[in-house]
Amino acid sequence: MTTILEIEGLRKSFGGVLVTDDLSVSLQKGEALGVVGPNGAGKTTMLNLIGGAVRPDAGRVLFEGQDITHLARHERCRRGLGRTYQVPRPFVGMTAFENVLVGATHGRGKSERASYQTAVDALERADLLHHANTVAGSLTLLDRKRLELARALATEPRVLLLDEIAGGLTEAEVNELIETIRALRSEGMSIIWIEHIVHALLAVVDRLMAIDFGKLLIEGDPHEVICSPEVEYCYMGTERV
Amino acid sequence: MTWVNVIVQGVLLGGLYALYATGLSLVFGVMRMVNLAHGDLSILAAFICLLVVGVVDVNPLLALVVVVPLVFLVGYLLQRFLLNFTLKGDDMRPLLATFGLSVIIQNGLLQGFSADSRGLDAGRIENASLALGDKVAFGWFPLLILVVSVLVIVLLNAFLTRTQLGRAFRATSDDQGAARLMGIDNKHIYALAMGIALAIVALAGVLMGIRTTFTPGIGPARLVYAFEAVIMGGLGSSWGTLVGGIMLGVAQTVGFQLSPGWGIFVGHLVFVTVLAIRPSGLFAKTVS
Ligand SMILES: Nc1ncnc2c1ncn2[C@@H]1O[C@H](COP(=O)(O)OP(=O)(O)O)[C@@H](O)[C@H]1O
Ligand SMILES: [Mg+2]
Repeated sequence: MTTILEIEGLRKSFGGVLVTDDLSVSLQKGEALGVVGPNGAGKTTMLNLIGGAVRPDAGRVLFEGQDITHLARHERCRRGLGRTYQVPRPFVGMTAFENVLVGATHGRGKSERASYQTAVDALERADLLHHANTVAGSLTLLDRKRLELARALATEPRVLLLDEIAGGLTEAEVNELIETIRALRSEGMSIIWIEHIVHALLAVVDRLMAIDFGKLLIEGDPHEVICSPEVEYCYMGTERV
Repeated sequence: MTWVNVIVQGVLLGGLYALYATGLSLVFGVMRMVNLAHGDLSILAAFICLLVVGVVDVNPLLALVVVVPLVFLVGYLLQRFLLNFTLKGDDMRPLLATFGLSVIIQNGLLQGFSADSRGLDAGRIENASLALGDKVAFGWFPLLILVVSVLVIVLLNAFLTRTQLGRAFRATSDDQGAARLMGIDNKHIYALAMGIALAIVALAGVLMGIRTTFTPGIGPARLVYAFEAVIMGGLGSSWGTLVGGIMLGVAQTVGFQLSPGWGIFVGHLVFVTVLAIRPSGLFAKTVS
């Protein structure tokens, strides 16, 4: 197995508060890694550091063996890093199809013609093809989340970073999304998936990590991690000492 | 002059204002930035045209072939290497930077060209006019300006809605963070937007330089007219901008007809009235 993404000793503080504290994680090619942790643990910040929206105070990000710590966001996208936002951020004035088209043309550098097919495929994989011509601003939450996914897929990423993509959905909707992500996983996509809905993670991921206060608490087999004292104690609502 | 004729003249003047306003509104739309040097850059373009005409002795309309791409380049470089750096942090920074730029351009032009009024001579077309019956007569040249501004708006709309690059403009305008996530280099997009906006304003500056005279200090007044046209039309609506420009042109021409000192004043009056009745402009796109 080869490592596709690696973060080494990442550190970030906002206004004196350490939000990412010496965090090191690696992701294997084709692996799905789940991330759990309480609100404010620094999960989204970890994705921001990987995607380039936030620059680390220390540490490195390696993608396919290359140091991308100082690369601009759009360049990371073009290299093959895809990401969805916790709170969907569609281009509200455009149709779903146009949203996805932007990813295919600019993220992948495809011609207009070639990107039509890519956009249709991405919408289909994210199960949103029936809303292709709907203006993104008027989509429901589930469909906005699907659009986040479709848009990321249109950039043809090799690593997909998902930030609470199932959060706020109904049980039935979560199950639909699990199927979608499982399909991506079996196509060989490497995935880091932050999620609070534990059963969704357990249905898909190969490995699970838990973080709190920006620190890695434990990582390993998903079931073992979920049942570990570290996670029960700080994440599952058991009282903190 | 009959009133019908006054209105026709106003509509034609409005075409020019719409052209100014289109560049301003593109920049605001894409990077939420107000360029206070917008008017001065149009005057700079007119002076550049004067230089070109002085060197190669061609019609200023032909000189546009050189002036417009040159000013596009100035816009691109200005945004890329100066104004992009002002976009981080609070909204005051781009205002201060472009205000400073406005002062620099005005004084630079004063230094180089003195405060004398200048004009660009386009030959016969300037004075050729068309009479409709014996009540209405209008010049071919103002009509050409109106046609050009409609054409610019049509082309800009087609660019924004139908091309890859246009979609990148709209995506960046909606959410620059998400646009970067999609592989769009926002700094390049901003620079292109400024380049296109200034190319349009260079066109406006040269056409106005042919129509009337200009001095180094007249830029801010043009900025104000462009502002009034954009705001009256409603932000984000390109046809609204055309209507706003025409309303301003008609108001000024009617005012001027009432009393020669009243032209600009009546324009401002109509602007304030529209603002009072519809603060977001006549055709504002409402974004939920
Ligand atoms: N850009 C930022 N500026 C200041 N503080 C931030 C910023 N981003 C995140 N934080 C803070 O960092 C902490 C971790 O946030 P986040 O990574 O979003 O947590 P999680 O996704 O695990 O809920 C929170 O306390 C949050 O307020
Ligand atoms: Mg989060």
